[in-house]
Amino acid sequence: MAETSVRSFTINFGPQHPSAHGVLRLLLDLDGEVVERADAHVGLLHRGTEKLIEYKTYMQAIPYFDRLDYSSPMSQEHVFCMAIEKLLGLEVPRRGQLLRVLFLELTRIKNHILNITTGALDIGALTPPLWGFEFREQIMGFYERASGARMHANYFRPGGVHQDVPQKLLDDIEAFCDPCLDMIADLDALLTENRIFKQRMVDIGIMTLDECWGWGYSGPLVRAAGGAWDLRRAQPYECYDEMEFDIPVGKHGDCYDRYLVRMEEMRQSIRIMRQCLAKLKQPDGQGPVLAEDNKITPPRRGEMKRSMESLIHHFKLYTEGFHVPAGEVYAAAETPKGELGVYLVSDGTNKPYKCKIRATGFAHLSSIDHISKGHMLADMTAIIGSLDLVFGEVDR
Amino acid sequence: MDDKVVVDRLDELGQAILRALPGAVTGYTVAVGELTVTAKASEIVAVTTRLRDDPEFAFVGFVDVTAVDWPQRAKRFDVVYHLLSPTRNWRVRIKTETDETTPVPSIISVFPGADWFEREAFDLYGVVFEGHPDLRRILTDYGFEGHPLRKDFPLTGFLEVRWDDEQKRVVYEKVQLGQEFRNFDFLSPWEGTDYVLPGDEKAK
Repeated sequence: MAETSVRSFTINFGPQHPSAHGVLRLLLDLDGEVVERADAHVGLLHRGTEKLIEYKTYMQAIPYFDRLDYSSPMSQEHVFCMAIEKLLGLEVPRRGQLLRVLFLELTRIKNHILNITTGALDIGALTPPLWGFEFREQIMGFYERASGARMHANYFRPGGVHQDVPQKLLDDIEAFCDPCLDMIADLDALLTENRIFKQRMVDIGIMTLDECWGWGYSGPLVRAAGGAWDLRRAQPYECYDEMEFDIPVGKHGDCYDRYLVRMEEMRQSIRIMRQCLAKLKQPDGQGPVLAEDNKITPPRRGEMKRSMESLIHHFKLYTEGFHVPAGEVYAAAETPKGELGVYLVSDGTNKPYKCKIRATGFAHLSSIDHISKGHMLADMTAIIGSLDLVFGEVDR
Repeated sequence: MDDKVVVDRLDELGQAILRALPGAVTGYTVAVGELTVTAKASEIVAVTTRLRDDPEFAFVGFVDVTAVDWPQRAKRFDVVYHLLSPTRNWRVRIKTETDETTPVPSIISVFPGADWFEREAFDLYGVVFEGHPDLRRILTDYGFEGHPLRKDFPLTGFLEVRWDDEQKRVVYEKVQLGQEFRNFDFLSPWEGTDYVLPGDEKAK
């Protein structure tokens, strides 16, 4: 028989593939099992968040941020609140800052549990999600007790957080720290030295530090490539400058190092949470949780019942909202996935003129062709898992 | 950090950029603790290359490309670039102006990460990037028409989709609103409206 010419063929990976982590559609040009080209089609979850925000008052826009990266909702709200606070020049009271940091770190653990365990599931390990999700569930329980919602919290507001938490919740979070560390140790025992896990992760999807910067990478991906860059340390916000924590750094920039960095970040998050809980008990950790400028933050319910002025403030804030001085600002914070930025342009009215959400996952996914070239088809799941994509955020 | 120190540091950086790229960079401002540099759109590749390669600036980190629509201006779009220098720990925002038809040079050759961000700006605003190898739509539907983040694009869009049970396929139809879209004008609640309310004529 005559030799047939070998031709590459194209397959669809997703949008219904379980390890596409949502609605990613990848068109893969394959030569046998080797990926020659990956063309990602995104936007299947595009909801026009940025357009909708332009038609909402600032406070009405906050819940949209929960729905971007729905595995770390509070970190997203936080960046938007930071952008507004920067334009308004609004200070967050100390207890508000401590509560923010506490919940931001809880969110980081919540996000990393999801990423690590489902990433492991994608490459064949069934147990990690079963063990890890119990703790995710507990964290969502804490969310609910602070804000009333398990996922879409809408807890952070410009000027602080919506309401104070009861002491019992803080005690329960403290009691959560040790079992959570045990769970992380269990995951560590399951995965870190696991032969199959290492075969699937080591030397897969390598990005050097220079490439990382050029592709707009941030967060654990940059740190896995050896860049000791963490916005919590480099450009501190809230009260991160008084917290003690280490920044884990990888050496190789492959999937395995990203996994190791995330594991260590969870331990460091527990460390930060413990410091927050200790500081919340001290006398200077008491006081208001929301700035007390009633032209911007709503008055407490009790005041509304007694004071006419508070009632007017409440009415004005929940109909018209507050006006933000004209200007533009770029606020960024170290969310669990990396640098999330909000570029906010205000024209001095009660609605944002423009709100660009610089999504972490969007930059990470844009390099998919570069990072996956020459890898096997089966490695795609490991790479996608290690990029930590959530399509609510990528597609906006 | 002291605010004054930050502003001075950014001020110096702005002047250094202005000196390094005469002609290409037209000015700078420091506001809310951030540096904004205005540049000529045609020179954007030279500007970003210099900012990346000059060790004095070291803006090796790519952050963002986006556009802002100001329909009342002749050149209606601001194309906005954000860069980060991890070694010097500062950020810069570069702004250029363009209109619907004038292309802006693509900076993919400088920062490969700009690829999707330029596609997004093209998709949502219709800003054209010259030299982009693959300027397709990215976030909107296949076959979408229009640029949804332009200020003259209605919030509700033009088309809606539904499953047609008779044709057994998804059909596109013109948007039909159950009620008028309500957009309240809060700008000057004490000065009244600028349109005539029924009964106003009796007051005269």
